[in-house]
Parts: sequence; C-alpha cells; structure tokens
Amino acid sequence: MTPRMTPLLAFDAVGKSFTLHLRGGTVLPVVSGATLAVHPGECVVLGGASGAGKSSLLKMAYGNYRCATGAIRVHDGTRVVDLATAAPREILGLRRTTLAYVSQFLRVIPRVGARAVVEAAGIEGGLTPEAARTRAGDLLARLDLPERLWALPPATFSGGEQQRVNIARGLIAARPILLMDEPTASLDARNRAVVVDLIAEKRAAGVGILGIFHDADIRAAVATRIVDVSTFRGARAA
Amino acid sequence: MTEPLLTVDGLTKSYGRRRACDRIGFTLDPGEVLAVVGESGSGKSTLLSLVAGEVAADAGSVAYRMRDGATRDLAALSAAERRALMRTDWGFVRQDSTQGLRMAVSAGGNVGERLMGIGERHYGRIRATALDWLARVEIAPDRIDDPPTRFSGGMRQRLQIARNLVTAPRLVLMDEPTSGLDVSVQARLLDTIRGLVAELGLAVIIVTHDLAVARLLSHRVLVMRGGRVIETGLTDQVLDDPQAAYTQLLVSSVLAA
Repeated sequence: MTPRMTPLLAFDAVGKSFTLHLRGGTVLPVVSGATLAVHPGECVVLGGASGAGKSSLLKMAYGNYRCATGAIRVHDGTRVVDLATAAPREILGLRRTTLAYVSQFLRVIPRVGARAVVEAAGIEGGLTPEAARTRAGDLLARLDLPERLWALPPATFSGGEQQRVNIARGLIAARPILLMDEPTASLDARNRAVVVDLIAEKRAAGVGILGIFHDADIRAAVATRIVDVSTFRGARAA
Repeated sequence: MTEPLLTVDGLTKSYGRRRACDRIGFTLDPGEVLAVVGESGSGKSTLLSLVAGEVAADAGSVAYRMRDGATRDLAALSAAERRALMRTDWGFVRQDSTQGLRMAVSAGGNVGERLMGIGERHYGRIRATALDWLARVEIAPDRIDDPPTRFSGGMRQRLQIARNLVTAPRLVLMDEPTSGLDVSVQARLLDTIRGLVAELGLAVIIVTHDLAVARLLSHRVLVMRGGRVIETGLTDQVLDDPQAAYTQLLVSSVLAA
C-alpha cells in the first residue's frame, strides 16, 4: 500500500461558496482550489483556524454539501465516483459501502436505544444482525458507556455519552473511508485514548481517514499528515 | 441500473387559471423514500392525487413497474386493473383518517378488508393477520373489535398504516401522515413508519410541510412552490446546503430544537 496507488479519496481543485439569497445574494467564499488525497492507512488531518472551511470540506466529502467547482473522487473498490456530479442514489450507495462519517453531534432518533442505533448502522453497513449486535456491544463497552444506558434512547444522554454512541455508530461497519469531525471534543482523557486506539486499528486495516482534531495531543497521536486548509482560501469577499 | 419502480413525467394540472402542478417529473426506485415538501398551496398534495390517479392530469404520465416486471402507463390500465393495483401493490395513508379508514367498521375489519380484497376468505387467518398487524403498529389486541371512531388521532394513523401494509405493497403514498398530532404521538408514529419502511423495503412518496419529517424518513427530497419543483436532491444536501432562495427561506424558518 504505497501512496502511489489510486487514492481512496481525492479533492481536485475544489471550490465552494455559499450564496445567501435571504441576505441580498451575498456570496461567502469558503474554499477554492482545495486539492488533497487520502490513501489507505493514512490519517490526514485538516488544520487551519476556525472558519477556514475544514468542516465544509468534510461535509463535501460525505455529499452533505454540494461541491461547486472541481471534483471529489471517491474510490469505491471497483470504480471512481465524482461526488460533484454523482446522482443522489450514487451518493447514498457510497455511504452504505464506502464512506463512514462521525459528526460532531449525534442526530438522535426518537425512541431508539443507544445499542440499537449502533447496531442499525452496522446492519446498514453490511454486517449480519448477530455480528452487528456483538460488535455494537463491544464498541460501547470499549468506549466505556455504562451498560445500563444501552437500551435507552441517547436523547437524554450527556454530550460525552452521545458522542461515544456517535463514534461507535461511525466505526461499527468496515468502510474504506472514514470522515471524522472533532470526534473527541466532548470526551475525557480516558475515552480520547480509546478513540486514538480505534483510529490506529482502522488505519492498520487499510482505512483512509480524513479528520478534524483541534486538540493538539490527539492530533499528534493520530495524524500521518496535516493539511493546512487556510492555503485553500480564496480572497474572502465581504 | 435497474428500471425505476415509478416514473412520473411532465405531470400538469390546472384549476381554472391556476397551475396546481406544472410539468412535474421524477423517478422512484424500489425501497426509496422521496419527500415532497412545500407550504400549503404549493401543489404537493395535488401531485400525490395525480400520481394515485384520483385526479386526472391535463398532461403527463405515470408509469409503474408491475409485479410481473412490465412497466405500464397507469392511464392505460382498465378500471378493474387500476383498482386491483391500488388495493394490493399500492397503499395510501391519508392526513384525514376518516378518508383512509372505514369508520363504521372495527379495527380488525379495516385491516381484514384489504386482505379479503386480495382473495383471503378464511376468517381465522384474517383475524390472526389483523392481530399481528395491530401489534406491529402498537395497537393493543383488545382494541381489535373497536371501530376507529373510538381511537385517538395517533391510533387512527397507526391503523391506516396497518390497513395499507397488510397486503405487502411495494409503493406507499403518504399525505401529511403526522400533522395534527401531538409532538410525542408524532415521534412515536414517525419511528413506527421509519422502522417498517426499512424492514419491508417500501418505496414511499411522503408529502409533508415538516422538514424534520423529511429529514428523518426520506432519501431524496423535492421542494415545491407554486406548482413547480424548485429544488431536488439528496435530502440532507438540500436541507444543509439549499441552493434556491425559497428553499433557503424554508430551511431558515424552522426553529432548531
């Protein structure tokens, strides 16, 4: 697995701006000319000041935000799909097979218990129901979520507990690309260390990771490379 | 690429000089959930009526891939064929439960009627299946002989869902299924719908003015205004990164909870 092979994920001269129609059509440039690649086993960390467009790049890589110019190429194992031009169904397909995303916040589903939330993500990612159940339990235990909480919907959990459910949900299925937006922000030192270990295991399994980690210690522990997003900044129009 | 389950092309309907639907087109794959969002008067409910063939379109077509694999133009079906399709392979969950249910018939009868429509005659089996479906939508078995007039709004919607799903349809149309319900009842109903849709692999067109409902249930979304499709795409993309001015207004008008 040398970095010479086809990258799992590649941004090629990606540009993005927001046009605020409710604010008289104000255009907010976010990034321009963003070019980077993530290879198997790499953990590429996006650096740069708050507001530099790090989260926007991750959201584009998951298809949450549209890519205005350039291309975002995702290697799904057999072919390369450009997210900038992919149909909604293709993007949904990539999320099932190729792209995992750990967001900053858990979007909770009413009435569904924590373990079931994680299990469902595993089944969607191709695990058998039994395997998903076992692995969900293993992950929640490793992330130190008390077992008495597993059957409860995460809506009432603390921020740190919700985030651990979120991490378990993002990591349960084996997908070749993992996008992580501040996964450790609301965790204590012990759980941060668990996440660092989990990331190392994913890398060893050949997963390519693109992430945002503000904490300098975590970043130093997980990053194989840091890409400064502020170099992608076009002139910021007011 | 598999052929779509449903292909809607150029659907147009005017009421007097007002265009309720203006050249609407989309396709739906098996197992895909499409939300149609917009405010009152945007044409979203008319669109559903046109797709269901309850209102005749001025122009355009609706084609459906039948169970035998042949795609048929719905306008070309005979009245009997159309009725059979609506009774078996399609479901329609309505906002007003009195239009979707037979209010004078027991809950069990409401579910059993669709079964009898596909030829089931054995009373014991009908009752057992009805009981099974009431349980799946969380209606207590001892309510099987009560008519829906004695049910709460949320229970009536659950009963509509059971009645529609008992024949194992592949496409279900839903018109504002959760509006008018208390928030807690709404959450429970949404969770039931979400679970059943995923478990049964249903294709769904759900009309809603509630963007949170669209986000929770749908893969793709169609934003309508004044009878036209303003924006369409992946649900979270349209809601998180709306392009059209009107969609930005809709999204920014929602109070974050």
